[in-house]
Amino acid sequence: MKKIKFEPSRNLIVSLLAIVFGLLAGVILILVTGGNPFASYLYLFQGGLKNMERIGNTLATSTPLILTGLSVAFAFRTGLFNIGAAGQMLMGGFCATAIGLKVNLPGPILVPIMFLGALLGGAIWGSIPGLIKARFNVHEVVSSIMMNWISYWVVYYAVPAYLKGPFLETESGRLAESATLRAPWLSSLLNGSYLNYGLILAIGAAALTAFILDRTVMGYELKSVGFNRHAAEYAGIDVNRNIIQAMMIAGALAGLAGLTQYAGNATNLQIGVMPSQGFDGIAVSLLGMNSPWGVVASAVFFGLLYSGKGFMNAMTSTAPEIADTIIATIIYFAATSVMINRLLDRLKSRKGK
Amino acid sequence: MWEIIARIFPYAIAFTIPLLITALGGLFSERSGVVNIGLEGLMIVGSFTSAVVIRFLQPSLGTSAIYLALLAAMAAGALFSVLHAFACVNLNANQVISGTAINMIALALTVFLARNITGSGNITIKTGLIRFDVPILSQIPILGKLFFTQVYWSTPIVLFILLASWFVIEQTPFGLRLRACGENPHAADSMGINVYRMRYAGVLLSGAFAGLGGAIILVTYSGEFTGSVFGLGFLALASLIFGQWRPLGILGATFFFGLFSTIANVSQAIPQFAVIPGVILKVFPYIVTLAALVLSSKSSQAPRASGQPFEHGKR
Repeated sequence: MKKIKFEPSRNLIVSLLAIVFGLLAGVILILVTGGNPFASYLYLFQGGLKNMERIGNTLATSTPLILTGLSVAFAFRTGLFNIGAAGQMLMGGFCATAIGLKVNLPGPILVPIMFLGALLGGAIWGSIPGLIKARFNVHEVVSSIMMNWISYWVVYYAVPAYLKGPFLETESGRLAESATLRAPWLSSLLNGSYLNYGLILAIGAAALTAFILDRTVMGYELKSVGFNRHAAEYAGIDVNRNIIQAMMIAGALAGLAGLTQYAGNATNLQIGVMPSQGFDGIAVSLLGMNSPWGVVASAVFFGLLYSGKGFMNAMTSTAPEIADTIIATIIYFAATSVMINRLLDRLKSRKGK
Repeated sequence: MWEIIARIFPYAIAFTIPLLITALGGLFSERSGVVNIGLEGLMIVGSFTSAVVIRFLQPSLGTSAIYLALLAAMAAGALFSVLHAFACVNLNANQVISGTAINMIALALTVFLARNITGSGNITIKTGLIRFDVPILSQIPILGKLFFTQVYWSTPIVLFILLASWFVIEQTPFGLRLRACGENPHAADSMGINVYRMRYAGVLLSGAFAGLGGAIILVTYSGEFTGSVFGLGFLALASLIFGQWRPLGILGATFFFGLFSTIANVSQAIPQFAVIPGVILKVFPYIVTLAALVLSSKSSQAPRASGQPFEHGKR
């Protein structure tokens, strides 16, 4: 950690300032619409932290965000923009749900198979844009967006046709509790929170990603491609293989997000909804400075905002979308970090005088 | 078969037009060297603005509120795109990330405001544009049936903008300068062109056009602001690439999407299409786009400096 002394602290300050600006923008908006910002924020944070159950729910909300955030961050480090996390997540969740509903095995065997299914579904969905980027130089943003819509429609038609629940056309049947990541002991410990094994999975994935990126040859190569594709090629690194690899791993991580969302936090799959966690993953990754542990921290923060907004809406007149607005504003400030950096430089030089 | 085509065509055109105008906006932005992935969000802003204007002004102004709404949507889209231009042109931000932020802010902010206005977050308008048959022209055999029956008057306007865009980009000094900024900003800079100003122009035009696109969706076939434009902004972006950054190519690409989306939407009602599984019809345009991107990758006409920040005096 001490090796690069200046950079990380600067990044951290920029991220924290982005959060401050985002919260300030929220204050202004609440004032403009005639609300009380102090009470709104109080209830927003209370809603996410008030008791053990709410803390558990906040962490559960964060779980898929951690995984999609890791997915985007992993691709970022290789210089790729994975805007397809939503589709990969949906595909992963679909594979897991299909296995969970159709395969008849005891839970301890079934859940690992579902895990593999989610992993594979996401990985395949992610590797297609990677493949055509590597082979044909088609920009991954556009191809991932296409893949998002393809998965949306595949799930839209496949769920009613094969996995229909007993009542509604628009969702799959419910998974038995043994075929999910649900942990009854954890729920009863946290007074009925729906926190589940997904969180452990997400933390494990963060640790593994950090290990791959910082401690392995593969991670070194991936990052080299991200820093400078041409220099990496010149150094003998197979750039195309690394691009496919990065998108495949990013897809697998997003696929796991699908498992934690649809077979953990929820117990079935709704059709006609593009999971918002996919796009939020971009925000999470950016605020977390594309580092695995930064992703975990920012996902928990966003999870807090998301899980508290319902309580805030119930207690005040402030609309729940204030949470999304705050997050979006934070991302804009994180994207324009140059501005914050210039501001900091100016402050510093003034102090120097 | 002919009857089906004649029946589908007006719907396909109605679906194509907002896509076309938004993609044209994207064209100006990318030709100036700024990738605008925020088109989706800018469309939402346009849709929201026009819904608000119509809701508040229709009781007093009647149908002319719609004209005002379209203009207001363009203004709001342009204004909102300043955020993107500022990030990309002045601050050298990553254009894709800035665009993503634009999408997120637009979505969250408009639904937040809509909820304060109506309570539900949706804004319904009473009447939108009314379809009409063009006199005389609709009597032309075949063509009349396809192009001049059941039209919205927004359609000829957008087609006129298409022609004007082609003319401006390919035939005027402004267009040449704009393209130069997207191909080689440093060369443009050395010729005395203000790259910053040109890029601002490109992004603002994309904001205005996308805002108009969102408003057209509202006043033609949707009639309700719901905080979504159904991914059409991203589709417009894909059409832009599919159409190889040329106005006429974009027309072809957007019409392709419009036609196949319409076929997929009405397939259940038409026996000839009902035999094809719905999922294939829905997924077809996206797969064709992927295939087209792969096939055209060798001879991609993308503006060379698109997506790259420009710093005056870097060289």
